[in-house]
Amino acid sequence: MTGVSVTSVELPEVCVSEVMRYAGYRSADECAEREIMSCIEEASDIFSSRVAYAELDVRIDGEICDFGLFSVKSAALAKNLKGSRQAVVFAATAGVGIDRLITRYSRLSPSRSVLFQAIGTERVEALCDAFCNEYARDRGVALKHRFSPGYADLSLDTQREIFKILDCKRKIGVSLNESLLMSPSKSVTAFVGIK
Amino acid sequence: MDFREFLKSNTVYLDGGMGTLLQKRGLLPGELPERRGVTHPEDVIEIHREYFQAGSNVVSTNTFGANSLKLDDEELEIIIKAAVDNARIARDTSGTDGEKFIALDIGPTGRMLSPLGDLDFEEAVEVFAKTVRLGVKYGVDLIIIETMNDSYETKAALLAAKENSSLPVIVTNAYGEDGKLMTGATPAAMVAMLEGMGADAIGANCSLGPKQLTGVIRELLRSASVPVVLKPNAGLPRYENGETVFDVTPEEFSSDISALMTEGVRVVGGCCGTTPEYISALVRETKNIKPAPLSDKNMTVVSSYTHAVAFGEKPVLIGERINPTGKKRFKQALLEKDIDYILTEAVNQEERGAHVLDVNVGLPEIDEREMLTLCIKELQAVTALPLQIDTSSPVAMESALRRYNGKAMVNSVNGKAESMAAVFPLVKKYGGVVVALTLDEGGIPSTAEGRVKIARKILREAERYGISKKDIIFDTLAMTISADTGAARVTLDALERISRELGCKTSLGVSNVSFGLPNRDTVNSTFFALALDRGLSCAIMNPYSAEMMKVYYAYKALSGLDEMCAEYIESAPEFTVSEPTVPASAGGVAQDFSSELQRAIIKGFKEKAAEITAELLKQVKPLDIVNGEIIPALNTVGVGFEKKTVYLPQLLTSAEAAKSAFECIKSFMAKDGESDVKIGSVVIATVHGDIHDIGKNIVKLLLENYGFKVTDLGKDVPPEKVAEAVKNEKAQLLGLSALMTTTVPAMEKTIELVRSTSHDCKIVVGGAVLTEEYAKMIGADKYAADAMETVRYAESVCK
Repeated sequence: MTGVSVTSVELPEVCVSEVMRYAGYRSADECAEREIMSCIEEASDIFSSRVAYAELDVRIDGEICDFGLFSVKSAALAKNLKGSRQAVVFAATAGVGIDRLITRYSRLSPSRSVLFQAIGTERVEALCDAFCNEYARDRGVALKHRFSPGYADLSLDTQREIFKILDCKRKIGVSLNESLLMSPSKSVTAFVGIK
Repeated sequence: MDFREFLKSNTVYLDGGMGTLLQKRGLLPGELPERRGVTHPEDVIEIHREYFQAGSNVVSTNTFGANSLKLDDEELEIIIKAAVDNARIARDTSGTDGEKFIALDIGPTGRMLSPLGDLDFEEAVEVFAKTVRLGVKYGVDLIIIETMNDSYETKAALLAAKENSSLPVIVTNAYGEDGKLMTGATPAAMVAMLEGMGADAIGANCSLGPKQLTGVIRELLRSASVPVVLKPNAGLPRYENGETVFDVTPEEFSSDISALMTEGVRVVGGCCGTTPEYISALVRETKNIKPAPLSDKNMTVVSSYTHAVAFGEKPVLIGERINPTGKKRFKQALLEKDIDYILTEAVNQEERGAHVLDVNVGLPEIDEREMLTLCIKELQAVTALPLQIDTSSPVAMESALRRYNGKAMVNSVNGKAESMAAVFPLVKKYGGVVVALTLDEGGIPSTAEGRVKIARKILREAERYGISKKDIIFDTLAMTISADTGAARVTLDALERISRELGCKTSLGVSNVSFGLPNRDTVNSTFFALALDRGLSCAIMNPYSAEMMKVYYAYKALSGLDEMCAEYIESAPEFTVSEPTVPASAGGVAQDFSSELQRAIIKGFKEKAAEITAELLKQVKPLDIVNGEIIPALNTVGVGFEKKTVYLPQLLTSAEAAKSAFECIKSFMAKDGESDVKIGSVVIATVHGDIHDIGKNIVKLLLENYGFKVTDLGKDVPPEKVAEAVKNEKAQLLGLSALMTTTVPAMEKTIELVRSTSHDCKIVVGGAVLTEEYAKMIGADKYAADAMETVRYAESVCK
């Protein structure tokens, strides 16, 4: 394994249609749109975009993905990583600010809280995409689709291994709670096979 | 020499990184570095020794992550004992001159504290306490709390250090590129809180190189009266040919730090990527710099988890609305534990321009300690304003101060011996700025001289506790002029004398001055203007009062405190007098309004819904509005949601509009002393171990809309607490939510317990991981896929 690197990635503008999708809208009238835009505006300067990552050698043996320092049993991940000799493991976070907004509005206006949830999800997904694109572009490699603990049969317990390796708390301020969820909540961990 | 003594007049050199050096000696990624002290003591001793030889006065034990969340008690003790032994051996065998100390190193727990994470504050204090007690037992000279990126966790650690030792404590935080902690605190806010609690030195470590930390360090130097610490990384890590390299060389590192030492930094060292080479370069470069003398900044400051508010230059407005005195609706909210009502008062005052919020929730009928602590906790989730803890109960005061994430304002102490003996120890321990009332056993003196005399007495007594006058704000007691027309003059004279002669900050509860008079706003705001001119630093006031706010903005503009009168101009439209707006259908029959209210609710217009309801209440009975207007409107939306023509956010905005209509009705009924009729009692909670409450909050909102009495126990609720509430509330329905597979067993356990104590209560469950089948398996009566379904079920149960 290489050491852990930390990077900040520039994010594209918030994609309104994605936010609507995450919030459960199939269509929006003018009123709803105004509300969404006002939430996006309120959340405009609170996001961070920090990523901690490392490259791991990977060997696939049936359902076992052996990363050297630890191995994971998951047929779906094994299938995803098949043919890759190396994978990137990363943790990305949109920061704690959005959690504060979500918490604040869950008491004051649950409808806005739901919209902030959606915006946070859109941002952290955009961050992961931007990171993977940048990584691939800078190194001239192609990447597979990212794969996170909790997808298909990849157990959430994998989070413990990822957190140990990436030292997420210190590197990017993400911590793992007892039930294996992350704080800040708009954070993502994933493996990405290098083609 | 004692470390505190040494710190007073010397530059202190700390050590550098440990992790990277252990990696070079074979530490694997993911391995706990602290275990190396037991498995490879010679490596750790060698590193410590090299730091002492490089010139470090203090080395930190290899205990950064040694805490009871990661290790069991037995291993924790073995690791800390070994760590202290290793440092001691290194010191004894280093062979060089100079003062050498051993610091117990304490890093973050690795978990996030509630409300952002799932670690309870008191649990965190206990985790740190275990480490501290072991450090004390094995004989360290001081404690270093470092790399904390959350102010709340920093407070927990410092509190644990103070409660379990009398050792000196250095506290350093990890600031981000934006110059703040991850959870939002500025350096000035951290200084306010940490100095208040008695940290011996305060600073920044990790995350960035020395250059990038310059802004943070300057802000620390401006605000701190204790020595400032700088322990940066060797720049940023990069990977080159399979090796970690840092981009700042020892020479550059030393000269950058040297520059900041000439600006006043007193305690220096290195963090990630630094080695003994960096420390010896640093010592060489800076050994001739004379340690900057310490100066008391003498600032009166309170803080929240994001920012500090200083008293002195500009008047500070303290919102008085969170207080049941004379407010029927507020009393009702307290009795019903309707926290949302209180939270809304907080946010509204913030929007009106308050800088600090007074929090008084004392009522004879309720457990004030529990209520105040709960409110402090909840308020900190919705507002970033510093809070003023307002209670006459020392027990409630302590509990609230403990949980407060920052340096609070404390309201109040007075010149009575009993009051000072109860309040001052708390202010000393937790930090705080305390409002001191100029009265004592003899009552309120009728002369200014008498009040100044009490102020002097209070200052003398405070000093005995080690509380300096900057942390005391005197209230010279505004009393109504309707009883004594000279009252205001005495108050103002005393205020001016305390400000001039004692050099202290002052506060007034302005509104008292007009009690018993008509047009109180005019009297209050004029008095406010007079007091400001005599030197008033802050006022406990009503931010909703336009007259008061106008005076505030105008005073600032007139005293040159408002650059280009910008704030005054910006505030002007808010206070422009306009014709009262007459609703379009005024004078029409009630029927017209009714459909309008339904429309407003369906469309989700909060303000409009409230306005129309207020108008309706003049002619229509409250219950008729609920049954004839609000419920039908909600049903329209609810049916739409069930048919999937209305989406969740729309359902919620309608629910919020309905809530604001209800709020109107509630205040109307509270005024008449009527209590509103509830159609059934429901208890809801997110189960133990689960911290997701969005779904539960939505269910609560809708249930309340439909007229149910909802007791919301919050998230992460133990089964016992749920069972107890179901019993006490005589609940007909219990709603449990769980989002994660891991917490479904907790749900099952809760159901089991409730079944054994309350036989008649139906149980409905919901949450992302649940299904109809699952719900049956764990013994629930009903699985509800969404909030509307829960409402429908509740209606059928409570019929």
